Amino acid sequence: MPISPNSVLLEARGISKSFGENKVLENVDFTLKKGELVCLLGVSGAGKTTLFNILSGLITPDSGQVLLNGVNITGRPGKISYMLQKDLLLPYRTVVDNVALPLLVRGVPKKQAREKAASYFQKFGLQGTEKKYPNKLSGGMRQRAALLRTYLASDGVALLDEPFSALDTITKSAMHEWYLDIMREIELTTLFITHDMDEAVKLSDRICILSGHPGKIICDIPVTEPRPRAHDFNLSSAFLDYKRQIAENLIL
Amino acid sequence: MTKKLPSIISKLAPVGTLLTVVLIWAAVTGASLVPSFMLPSPRDVAKAFFGDFPILMHHASVTLTEAFLGLLLGVLLAFLLATLMDRFPILYKALYPLLVITQTIPTIAVAPLLVLWMGFGMAPKITLVVLTTFFPVAVSLLDGYRSADPDAIHLLRSMGAGRVKIFRYIKFPSSLGSFFAGLKVSASYAVVGAVIAEWLGGFEGLGVYMTRVQKAYAFDKMFSVVIFITLISLLLMWGVMGIKMLVMPWERKEKEKKK
Repeated sequence: MPISPNSVLLEARGISKSFGENKVLENVDFTLKKGELVCLLGVSGAGKTTLFNILSGLITPDSGQVLLNGVNITGRPGKISYMLQKDLLLPYRTVVDNVALPLLVRGVPKKQAREKAASYFQKFGLQGTEKKYPNKLSGGMRQRAALLRTYLASDGVALLDEPFSALDTITKSAMHEWYLDIMREIELTTLFITHDMDEAVKLSDRICILSGHPGKIICDIPVTEPRPRAHDFNLSSAFLDYKRQIAENLIL
Repeated sequence: MTKKLPSIISKLAPVGTLLTVVLIWAAVTGASLVPSFMLPSPRDVAKAFFGDFPILMHHASVTLTEAFLGLLLGVLLAFLLATLMDRFPILYKALYPLLVITQTIPTIAVAPLLVLWMGFGMAPKITLVVLTTFFPVAVSLLDGYRSADPDAIHLLRSMGAGRVKIFRYIKFPSSLGSFFAGLKVSASYAVVGAVIAEWLGGFEGLGVYMTRVQKAYAFDKMFSVVIFITLISLLLMWGVMGIKMLVMPWERKEKEKKK
């Protein structure tokens, strides 16, 4: 099925979820178009993690649906993968075997899985690390390896939960640039969770704010600044206007 | 660089202690402070060891066979039990107290019963070794399975992995470190377990040799066999560590990095 550039790739429709008496999410709707980077910004406790678990199929919502390319994947893991701040590279597997893991889980034979994983190493700036163990890698490299694993696990959509928040400011900034490049190159659509407003404005095409008890999407702010964005975009008045807009909504 | 000297000293420290003990031992016996039939000199012990060397080797091969077979069966049993107990929580609840109870029964009390039931051959010895070795391995495996990172398990589930794949890719490899810790303990129990079983009935093995020389009041031979058994146990433990290094190369690399 061919997908036109602006077609909806991932859609959440009316998702609600309670844990016992505690209502976590209520009627959450949003869409992700192919190639978009959308930030989900929310105060802690607004149900970001629950929403992620629902999207990745680990939790089934009480009501609502998750659609990928129009196919209902609610409660079915294996379609959308996520990446956390913790890279979760397994210390006992070499980098290439870590990255090949989603392919192995799908039943791809070991040799083929390794070859396919290794073929992306150059693109992800990981060449030469194939046979190393993760503890030999720097923080930035580990996150890149984790992202490659996420990419191979997904059908074109990656959920990233504060992936760069453990990195130092300079590495983080470099990772942002790198991520935007690679994402375009491999045609990855991204839902990005963060509580860092600067990061959200810098990276996003749109910013969705998840807030309240139970959590709802209270606003959807498009960031229209053209790409590639200038290095001093975060010093411009437009940048501040976006931040002000977010802050006003967050206080509510 | 500054750390090098203390590390050499810390490596030599146990050797030094051992040498000191032997020297004191030699001095005490040399000065005839204790009659030689009560405490033979190190030289007498060495003489006894090399004098009986072929006999000792024969008995050792019997004991080691029992210890190896028992350890192997014990590890297999432990693996099976621990894996089932991890998979089915109800089994864990049902069996765990029983496992602990089996460990409180003194080996020395079980051994004669086993001889009574299984005769004087290898079977009761191997069974006793199984009983003493499976527990440390089972408990350490159970702990190991539980130590697996729940986030890593979630991640694998999100990739569509079922129980078997989660076990293979996460739980089992995560448990290896603690498995080897348990195996090290079990390996040192294995030889001692076999020797104790041999004390209480049998025709061959280091335990049989021990009871014979004891009844003959040949204390030099007694000392030599005790030291021999200690050495065998140590070698087994080192063997386990060696296997661990082979099976877990990532641990080895981590240590190199720390240096």
